[in-house]
Amino acid sequence: MSTSLHERTRERIGENVRRIDGIPKTTGSFAYGSDQWHDGMLWGATLRSPHPHARIRRIDVGDALVSAGVQAVLTHEDVPGKKTYGLEIADQPVLPWDVVMHVGQPVAIVAAETPELAKRAASKIHVEYEPRESVLDMVAALDPAAPKLHHWGNVLRHVRIEHGDPDAKADVWIEGYYETAMQDQAALGPEAGIAIPAEDGGIDLIVSTQWLHADRQQIAPVLDLPEERVRMTLAGVGGAFGSREDLHMQIHACMLAMRTGRPVKMSYGREESFLSHVHRHPSRVWLRTGASRDGQLVSIRGRIVVDGGAFASSTSAVIANATTFLSGPYDVPNALLEGTAVYTNNPPCGAMRGFGAPQVCFAHEANLDRLARELGLDPVELRLRNAVSIGSVLPTGQVIRGSAPTRAVIERCRDLPMPESDVPARRHAMTFPGGAGNVCHGEGLRQGVGFAFGYKNVAYSEGFDDFHQARVTLSAGANGPVAEIHTAGVECGQGFSTIVAQIAREELGIQDVVLHTADTQVESAGSTSASRQTVMGGGAVQMACRAVAEVLFARALPGLQQEGTLGLADGQVVANGAPIADLLDLLDEPVTVTRTFHHHATMGFDERGQGDIHWMFSFGAQRAVVEVDEELGLVKVVQLASALDAGRALNPQAVEGQSEGGSAQGLGLALMEEIVLREGRIANASFTDYLIPTMLDMPPVVTTIVEDPEPNVAYGAKGIGEMATVVSTAAIVAAIRDATGRELRRAPVRPDDIVGLAEEREVPPWPPVPEVPGQRPMPEYFGAAPDQSELRPTT
Amino acid sequence: MLIRVCVNGDWREADAWEGTSLLSWLRDELRLVGSKNACEQGECGSCSMWLDGEMVCSCLVLAAQAHDRQVRTIESLSAGEQMHPVQEAFVHAGAVQCGFCTPGLVVAVVDLLDRDPDPDEINVREALSGNLCRCTGYQKIMDAVRLAAESRREAIG
Amino acid sequence: MNYYSPRTLEEALELRAAYPEAVPIAGGTDLMVQINFDVTRPGAVLDVSRLPELHALRIDNGMVTLGAGVTFTRIQRELPQLRALAEASRSVGSPQIRNRGTVGGNLGTASPAGDALPVLATHDAEIGLVSAARGERWVPWDGFLVGVKRNTLEPDELILAVRWLAATGPQSFSKIGTRNAMVISVAALCFVLDQPTRRARVALGSVAPTVVRAPDAEAMLEAELVGAGAWDDFSAPLPAGVGDAFAERVAAAADPIDDVRGTAEYRRHGIRVLARRALGWAMSARSEAMAL
Repeated sequence: MSTSLHERTRERIGENVRRIDGIPKTTGSFAYGSDQWHDGMLWGATLRSPHPHARIRRIDVGDALVSAGVQAVLTHEDVPGKKTYGLEIADQPVLPWDVVMHVGQPVAIVAAETPELAKRAASKIHVEYEPRESVLDMVAALDPAAPKLHHWGNVLRHVRIEHGDPDAKADVWIEGYYETAMQDQAALGPEAGIAIPAEDGGIDLIVSTQWLHADRQQIAPVLDLPEERVRMTLAGVGGAFGSREDLHMQIHACMLAMRTGRPVKMSYGREESFLSHVHRHPSRVWLRTGASRDGQLVSIRGRIVVDGGAFASSTSAVIANATTFLSGPYDVPNALLEGTAVYTNNPPCGAMRGFGAPQVCFAHEANLDRLARELGLDPVELRLRNAVSIGSVLPTGQVIRGSAPTRAVIERCRDLPMPESDVPARRHAMTFPGGAGNVCHGEGLRQGVGFAFGYKNVAYSEGFDDFHQARVTLSAGANGPVAEIHTAGVECGQGFSTIVAQIAREELGIQDVVLHTADTQVESAGSTSASRQTVMGGGAVQMACRAVAEVLFARALPGLQQEGTLGLADGQVVANGAPIADLLDLLDEPVTVTRTFHHHATMGFDERGQGDIHWMFSFGAQRAVVEVDEELGLVKVVQLASALDAGRALNPQAVEGQSEGGSAQGLGLALMEEIVLREGRIANASFTDYLIPTMLDMPPVVTTIVEDPEPNVAYGAKGIGEMATVVSTAAIVAAIRDATGRELRRAPVRPDDIVGLAEEREVPPWPPVPEVPGQRPMPEYFGAAPDQSELRPTT
Repeated sequence: MLIRVCVNGDWREADAWEGTSLLSWLRDELRLVGSKNACEQGECGSCSMWLDGEMVCSCLVLAAQAHDRQVRTIESLSAGEQMHPVQEAFVHAGAVQCGFCTPGLVVAVVDLLDRDPDPDEINVREALSGNLCRCTGYQKIMDAVRLAAESRREAIG
Repeated sequence: MNYYSPRTLEEALELRAAYPEAVPIAGGTDLMVQINFDVTRPGAVLDVSRLPELHALRIDNGMVTLGAGVTFTRIQRELPQLRALAEASRSVGSPQIRNRGTVGGNLGTASPAGDALPVLATHDAEIGLVSAARGERWVPWDGFLVGVKRNTLEPDELILAVRWLAATGPQSFSKIGTRNAMVISVAALCFVLDQPTRRARVALGSVAPTVVRAPDAEAMLEAELVGAGAWDDFSAPLPAGVGDAFAERVAAAADPIDDVRGTAEYRRHGIRVLARRALGWAMSARSEAMAL
């Protein structure tokens, strides 16, 4: 006699379900990449280039080889198979043989008995470099006289979008120029993992990453192994925000493990972490916004240039994104938008939360604020007048379908309560700008309010076949039915693993869900990026669960066709609302189903930049209230109020978490975060000098979640992970402009800028438009499709 | 050199290079990996623990300096399924995302509430300003502290 | 790397004399960063954190003696009445750092950004140094801090303590950073008005190779205070323009550079603002005290 559970299933979608990994994370037992261990393991270390651009004349590993505790020292000569790797274009050498292209580029690797011995041995590798002229400025890179990093020059990609009549007349024009600095993801967990050689000649890799399968796809050919013999398991991930999309220590650890026959662990320190991962592209934006007297946008001309650094990474996709969003989420009948990504000898840039959208949002919102002032209109009203809606045609010709509750997002953000203010005399000293420094007791304070509205795509674009596979197994457990979910979807803190458990409970009407560790025993889940995992993973898990349900229905009513009225609830099969079978009675044999969710196809740009480039859009708005000490130029953000277009909040607490955390990264870029480069070298590769917001810097964040379901996705839920970051920098700097009257063209805003000490730099002229064969990344015109290693920088 | 420390009530010893930090010694020699290594320079607080009852960044303490002394780490706050009320509060309030900062923060919050059971908002922010979090924006961490302080008051009665 | 762990000062001084290359370590908040980041690999360290003689903390007839090993947390807890010192201590890092960081460490590292150093300078503090060969000697702060990360500690000496006469009167410590906590100061200022001696003293951090005083500014202010009768009448205001003039002279005493944390121009500007404010706070505090 089976016992069945007729209790109402709890922890379903829409509830603030506690994290499935909450206990191990708070007790310290959750194992990240840097916590991995294996008996007999060695430690790996990396020697990195001190030059931004240099020829390698000689690498001498003799002294390192005889250094204490050393088991292997490897250079390019030891790469078993393909010599290069890369996310979109395989242009990064595993270990270089002729030239180094940026400071920090890995040159040689060591395995030794302890981390200290490995570091010491690495320092004994002698490399003779012949420094070469570097390209260190993104606009200078476009100059025909600049050193060419590739035989065609320094352009990685140029995208051009033409819409309507770019010469259309407008009553009012705003000319703007804006810059955003290089930002770092600064995830707290270091790049780390362990490679364990296997008896079958293959390798097992336990690593913190964002996309197991893309990693494997790059690793296997380098090791000259078939993909099936590179088995990857996800280690706990200590945050990602884009820094783990590209490979870090994976190939190196594998090479050392295969050479020594022993497991090799690599765990980067903070300084090496800064050097070893991609950063957010610094940007320069020229933007001309034209409108009618009554505040209707007529025409936008824009140009964005981003510095991609030494290697391609995901820059090609970033510039495409940025250019498509350059005019903002507004109805603009005429536009000419161009985006250029260049190669330089600066550290490579790639994915970071927002993926090009924060940079352009900073620009388009600043122009709109100036337009509002010029026209004597309320800035929020101006957004409402121009915001896109269903049926709007974007500059790419793409029509907005699905969910686009732009009015609701703007109005609900505007209507969030303002913070209560207190008389300076009653305030704690630490609540003034300057905080713990005791520099202000209320003198010279000005308050300011800023607003920003923005959007970006969810999931991948330009025709990329974006999919996620999930396997769901339902079986009879000791206490009732248990569902096991197996996907390669990476949990990096955002709460994906909790969401899929909620979905399984919702779909299957059961309580107990276990998550199999993410690994390569299922097919790809795509990366945890582009705000896509709830949509894609949720979609796959929902599909698989529904297929499981079909099997159960057939088991409950064999031979009988009963359409539309069967369901699963509270551990039972129900027909027309009435229970007809206990699940436990149907689970003598477990049910296993694997399903793959693809989203609606997208396409690439035609020669005029037209096409349905993206799949789904998500919108966000933020209002920032700041207090500025005008004399010292110090800012205290008093409140951030955020409206997110979530479609459906599957876990409202987790959505708020993304709003709050995403805003913190936006605040960082607004006020304090900047990778400082000196001759291509990172001058502040530590948390002492690369400042991220502390608890005394972050204000309370109030969030309102707009739920207008998106069609064709599980429960109508959209992706929201990036949206707060997209709008936050723009809102905060707008607030500082409101408080000070300063133009503030650059993020992060420095005290010098507020105080008026920074030199008034002239607005640089629009840079020349490079001659390119078409809209695709340049390497593709020279024979390099993804996975091609033939393309190497020729210098 | 051989270093001997009373860790979470048990005397432990292990050999290590003299320049090893207490954090590295605990993690790499004793396999107590609950304390984290996010910055190795005392900026982030992810390595927070107690040395002779005082909260420190263990990355800034030479393991040798802890010789013959008492160390308490995150691992001392829970036993099996039994969590410290601060840990409970963190999970309940949604204050955990990637979790890398969490052990250090839990230690810092326990330390704070032991010294000041009813801190106001600014005191909490000041006390925790040495613990960086990149995921949460600190909002729900504040909620967790409030929750933990409340449940502490209720427990004491 | 050798590790020496003396239990008494006598033992420590013998080791110091025998192994002058051994780097002293107390709280480790500076040295450990160097070691962790591979910047430094000393051949030996001398752990002075267990020496009871370095933990002295007392006030005798207004003379404060602070052992080199006293932590910032202890200062906050036991010397809250020394306002500038308490404010400087509070601004140091985080509770974790304050539990380990020491004034002795600030002196040993001798960075112009050391948070306690402007406080010592405004109090004309003396640094107590001790060696096995020569015993104790006391050096004025500006005879000890002589350059960026350079002090006049002899290879066989340890920093024993620092002492100064506590001031009576309003005092403050302020430091500018580009975020609200956990910053190495871009510019720092300590200001003290000492009633018994009728002295005004101001010291600057992070804006010169060492912490510096601003004697011109001090002299000017003292004269103005006398002229306004303000030493005797706490509510007497200073003439208009004195605040700005004072601030200008204080800023002139700075000799800042551009670096990754801030520009020279901003630093000078910041000092000007802090000087004016600190003076304003001090004058308000005096007239409020009067009103009580």
